[in-house]
Amino acid sequence: MSEGIDEGLRSKLQQQGVWVTSVQELYNWGRKNSIWPLQFGLACCAIEMIATAASRYDIARFGGEVFRPSPRQADLMIVAGTVTKKMAPQIVRLYNQMADPKYVIAMGACAISGGPFKQGYNVLKGIDRYIPVDVYIPGCPPRPEALLHAFMELQSKIDEQKLSGANKAAHLEPEEPSEFPVPEFGKHDLEPPANPNVFRPPAIERA
Amino acid sequence: MTPNPYLFIVIFIGVALVFPLIPLALAWLWRRVFQPPKPGPQKNAIYECGVESLGEAQIQFRSQYYLYAIIFLIFDVEAIFLVPFAVAFTGLPVGAFIAILVFLLLLIEGLIWAWSKGCLQWER
Repeated sequence: MSEGIDEGLRSKLQQQGVWVTSVQELYNWGRKNSIWPLQFGLACCAIEMIATAASRYDIARFGGEVFRPSPRQADLMIVAGTVTKKMAPQIVRLYNQMADPKYVIAMGACAISGGPFKQGYNVLKGIDRYIPVDVYIPGCPPRPEALLHAFMELQSKIDEQKLSGANKAAHLEPEEPSEFPVPEFGKHDLEPPANPNVFRPPAIERA
Repeated sequence: MTPNPYLFIVIFIGVALVFPLIPLALAWLWRRVFQPPKPGPQKNAIYECGVESLGEAQIQFRSQYYLYAIIFLIFDVEAIFLVPFAVAFTGLPVGAFIAILVFLLLLIEGLIWAWSKGCLQWER
């Protein structure tokens, strides 16, 4: 839709005081500035998330201060902390219960890979094994500035989502799934250990 | 010709109806044109903090719990009054001593009654 506007004409109009926009830009502008995160924390990263939401760092400046205690009202899931294998099914179920469009920020080393507990028997090696993650934040724990940066990255990602066309946003595609299978407790590990439709790790190349 | 004095109320009702209906109609149009609905068994399930909900929402507590409350009262009130009694024990006149003994006997009588009734036996 914004492809329809000639950029030169647009800036010329703007110099004359005429502001031209498109439905897609308005839609994304509204969405990216009122992201409602889901209110839950898993470990020490949650303390940093609380600090980000509080007055000193103030995520409200970016329109993300309305932490909702129900997945029905939330757009963003901030996976803040260690995801144990006992907790992973609940996380996936909560993600499934969120309304589209929904986004995930994996906050901290544990949420993105298992972190210092990666070799442990009871910690999931990254939440991206089961649900699609939009922004990863490294750090143990990441500082509130890092979460704010991830939030801004997510906002720019939302801003670039297409409303129509071949590569439109996933939540607008009727075939794209909105729910992902919840892992179950097997004999030794979660079954399945990862969702192959979601988890596509980069192949490790060794020389 | 002066307009009807109630005309502004009619206009007000009209605006009050149209004002919320426009966003609702826009949202409906948006859903029809752009956003496909994606319901699912888990998305439509009852929300309970991520765990699957178990059982019925309307559960009843057994009326047997009132016995717990009464027996708790016996022990609790007894303990509260026993402490100042024990502290002031050496300086008590005979009348006060007998009064506190009567009080204790009343509570112990209640305990014996509850015991003999089988209330201390928790069934199911």
